[in-house]
Amino acid sequence: MPDAALSRPSASLTVQPSDAHRNTGMPLDLALIEAVRVNRSASERRTAALPGRRAVKGDAQSAWLLKAVTCIDLTTLNGDDTEGRVRRLCAKAARPVRPDLLAALGMGDRRITTGAVCVYHRFVATAVDALKGTGIPVAAVSTGFPAGLSPHATKLAEIEASVADGAAEIDIVITREHVLTGNWEALYREMQEYRAACGDAHVKAILATGDLKTLRNVAKASLVCMMAGADFIKTSTGKESVNATLPVSLTMVRAIRQYQAMTGVKVGYKPAGGVSKAKDVLTYFALMKEELGREWLEPDLFRIGASSLLADIERQLEHRVTGAYSAHNRHPIG
Amino acid sequence: MNVASFFDSMDYAPSNEDDSAARAWLASYHNRFGHFIAGRFTDPGDGFDTVEPATGKVLARISEGTQGDVDSAVTAARKAQKAWAALPGHERALKLYALARIIQRNARLIAVVEALDNGKPIRETRDIDIPLAARHFYHHAGWAQLQDSQFPDHAPLGVIGQIIPWNFPFLMLSWKIAPALALGNAVVLKPAEATPLSALLFAELAQAAGLPDGVLNIVTGAGDTGALIAGHDGVDKVAFTGSTEVGRKIRQMTAGSGKSLTLELGGKSPFVVFEDADLDAAVEGVVDAIWFNQGQVCCAGSRILVQEGVARDFHTRLAARIQGLRIGTSLDKTIDMGAVIDADQRARIAGMVDRAVAEGAELVQADMEMPDGGTFYPPTVLCNVPATCEAATEEIFGPVAVSMTFRTPDEALQLANHSRYGLAASIWSEDINQALEIAAGVEAGIVWVNCTNVMDAGVGFGGVKESGFGREGGREGCYDYLRPRAFDKAPVRKVITPAKPKGFAPQTVDRTAKLFIGGKQARPDGNHSAPVIGADGQILGEVGVGNRKDIRNAVEAARAAASWGGKSQHNRAQILYYLGENLSARADEFAARLRDMTGVKADKARAEVAASVARLFTYGAWADKYEGVVHMPPMRGLALAVPEAIGVVGVICPPEAPLLGFVSTVAPLIATGNRVVAVPSEAHPLSVTDFYQVAETSDLPAGVLNIVTGDGLALGKELAKHNDVNALWAFGTAELGETVERLSAGNLKRTFTDNGRAWDWTAPTAEGETFLRQATQVKNIWVPYGA
Repeated sequence: MPDAALSRPSASLTVQPSDAHRNTGMPLDLALIEAVRVNRSASERRTAALPGRRAVKGDAQSAWLLKAVTCIDLTTLNGDDTEGRVRRLCAKAARPVRPDLLAALGMGDRRITTGAVCVYHRFVATAVDALKGTGIPVAAVSTGFPAGLSPHATKLAEIEASVADGAAEIDIVITREHVLTGNWEALYREMQEYRAACGDAHVKAILATGDLKTLRNVAKASLVCMMAGADFIKTSTGKESVNATLPVSLTMVRAIRQYQAMTGVKVGYKPAGGVSKAKDVLTYFALMKEELGREWLEPDLFRIGASSLLADIERQLEHRVTGAYSAHNRHPIG
Repeated sequence: MNVASFFDSMDYAPSNEDDSAARAWLASYHNRFGHFIAGRFTDPGDGFDTVEPATGKVLARISEGTQGDVDSAVTAARKAQKAWAALPGHERALKLYALARIIQRNARLIAVVEALDNGKPIRETRDIDIPLAARHFYHHAGWAQLQDSQFPDHAPLGVIGQIIPWNFPFLMLSWKIAPALALGNAVVLKPAEATPLSALLFAELAQAAGLPDGVLNIVTGAGDTGALIAGHDGVDKVAFTGSTEVGRKIRQMTAGSGKSLTLELGGKSPFVVFEDADLDAAVEGVVDAIWFNQGQVCCAGSRILVQEGVARDFHTRLAARIQGLRIGTSLDKTIDMGAVIDADQRARIAGMVDRAVAEGAELVQADMEMPDGGTFYPPTVLCNVPATCEAATEEIFGPVAVSMTFRTPDEALQLANHSRYGLAASIWSEDINQALEIAAGVEAGIVWVNCTNVMDAGVGFGGVKESGFGREGGREGCYDYLRPRAFDKAPVRKVITPAKPKGFAPQTVDRTAKLFIGGKQARPDGNHSAPVIGADGQILGEVGVGNRKDIRNAVEAARAAASWGGKSQHNRAQILYYLGENLSARADEFAARLRDMTGVKADKARAEVAASVARLFTYGAWADKYEGVVHMPPMRGLALAVPEAIGVVGVICPPEAPLLGFVSTVAPLIATGNRVVAVPSEAHPLSVTDFYQVAETSDLPAGVLNIVTGDGLALGKELAKHNDVNALWAFGTAELGETVERLSAGNLKRTFTDNGRAWDWTAPTAEGETFLRQATQVKNIWVPYGA
């Protein structure tokens, strides 16, 4: 079996979304898009009250944090990334939590890895190689990430190249102009072509919500991308001035719920950027559980794009085990 | 459960707040409490237990306040009040500020005590009730600081009796105590018998914060103790929050006593969802509206009105949402709802739900496990509830909303207003035109646009119709703890009885004045008239003797003239000026009439007419200048405090100053958009019957001003009993004041009486804002924004 095929995650692993979950899309329904209403103040009240309504402590907290680890797209998206840097990250993705801590939490027999590793196209092959045998998929940011303003043909070619290098997931960025000018047909076409270019690779649509500004824009863009076949919708590139927030997340997960009610299809959600504390991720889980349900607490429907979150979770887990607050240098670097 | 099983299930686990400090506090009193009077706790007396609704376990033994206890508390308050009021505003501000600080420093202890005693979730006491209470003291520390500059014409009332409910024990305490103390009053407060603990804790904290002895007194007990406070002669004002039924009793009990009264009563507040609303936000709004505090909220959005086109979608989403709610014991930090207050309340809720279902309502109820031992009732919606069903019209005071549909905005408003209550309304629409139109039209003291159950110390809270009167919070709330100084020296009114004619003098020309109803001169129903005797004993003419049917007709005419309230303020101003102008044109004739009726000298008669003309101009001037304010609560948004007309207002005009007394009372009401049924001075009615022609030539729309002549007390009784009269002003004998106040309890119409003491109608203080405030009620419209 060629190496590239081996490096593809096995369909039997829980982290790998099955094809049954793929979103085939639906015709663009402009009337539905125009009917979208989102009230910002109400969204803020809902998310502000949530942590107080759903405190998660003790064993449940440890369990939720470990689950969060399995949902992390461990990410490096920097201009100074190198092969060595990416290999180090991949090693961390495969063993994100110290085995002694897992054992102490009674989870020594569980296979805890991150949900994916997320890199630029240049490092897809490197990551695929580094993760060989781990079952961890490689996600590539694509389509002229982060601004998404490269020539359209270049963007499609970029997707195809990453898929050819073994990326199982493609995180595309939408053309914000289409949203800001209300050109929903253009957004829908663009998204459909991205999805087609992905082939079997799952596609996550990055909306860059910090650029879209209004929650109404966020909701409309979410629905259009889902109608065009996005498997996941994702908040941000991490490069906008405002990344994932709870009100934006509430808006997007409600759009997912609406899309499911229309089509029966479950689309995944990925907040990215801005989720850096263990405490934050508990609130995100509560949001998913309350608004969408238990199924959205697994990596096939929920991912977190993060680079520093894992380190905070590791420290919290050690504190839970030992009762003493931890330090970063007590956990292997990623 | 262990980490692995939680990892697989991703369930929540109970997460309980530590209650050891609260238990230790109770133990420090040996779980037995006396009253807090004159700065110290009395020895515990006979009483009752207060229990944890979540478990049914007894928390403490509480003393039942006796007559002696109430006497001591009122005496202590009286003794302390003078010195307290005499302190510079800054000194009182410092004390209020200290109270705010000590609440914050002990916030967690108060929050836990409150949650234990009431059964509500710790999230609500910790995140909402206690922070809002602290904010109330901060805000009112500011009013103490500014009192001299902002309320120079007002004085504190004195000793305030306050009776608060069990649903927000600590928050209601702060709403009552903060403004009362800030403005120089002393307080005797009775917490609800079910939830006395946080008030007793506050007493201890207030003492520690250096509040002078006697300024604050807490007497515990049940309704009988409350009655002792409300009925006590040494109390200058009663402020009550609770049921409409008890509010009615307090209104009757305090009638004629001269006590100021604030009633914050029940509600059946509409929650209106338009088709262009953010429906998910509106569903979450229902959670905040009716499952906040187990629905035991006077302003709960308990009547859901959904536009028919989205009703199915909305109810589907709501039915799904209800299943995600969690119920549990009050210290659990993973819940949405706790226990209702006690078993009686639970049985009452269950009974109303069962009867509604029997009458055809569709039951949507959370299928949830409930903890053993406590008084829990699940979140419930009654869909398609018949409008005739008791659950659709009566306050349930539990986690139960009823739902109905409407077709058009007009119908939404009609359904929203079709209630005896008028406390709050919540409107959900992303169309600002639609939302604000409904906000303007809904009969409620508080309107929330795209939000619900949000409150702030700077924004007045209180209702209209049978939800009570008076405001708590903001500048508008301050006036409820003050009295106008101008009235302090008002003498007891001289009794003016209609003179008897000397002999019989048949008139050659019939000069019988009719009534003035709906813009037409109308014969009295009873076809009786009575002579009007001049100062010289001669018959000046006759007037109709109005009866209850004439009152009925006049009220109907006034009700029909509803468009007057919607007229532009400019338009109302023009008509008042026009009335003044036309009166001025006939000044000599009106002066002569005053001379003939009352025997005053010519210059005095001319002066009264001139003053009446000037007063009409004053209220013409005010008509387009009596404005609301924009409150700035701590949120991204505005709260618009709009003074609105009360509706149909009866006026028993003062017996003295036959023309000026009439103008002084009727003009502010008309200027602010009310419609009036006035009963002129019984002894000297002809100035008012002469005024018909002035009204007829001044473009005053039919029905805005209606006049029924006759016996002031008898007609006052009819107006007071009439359930379609929204307010009643009565200036006359003490008996008249007592009678109208007592009889007003039927629909809890707002009253304005002078209890047999007479204003000086010629004084500058007999016009202006004191009267305009009485003629209006403040509606606060909350408008959060954000795209």
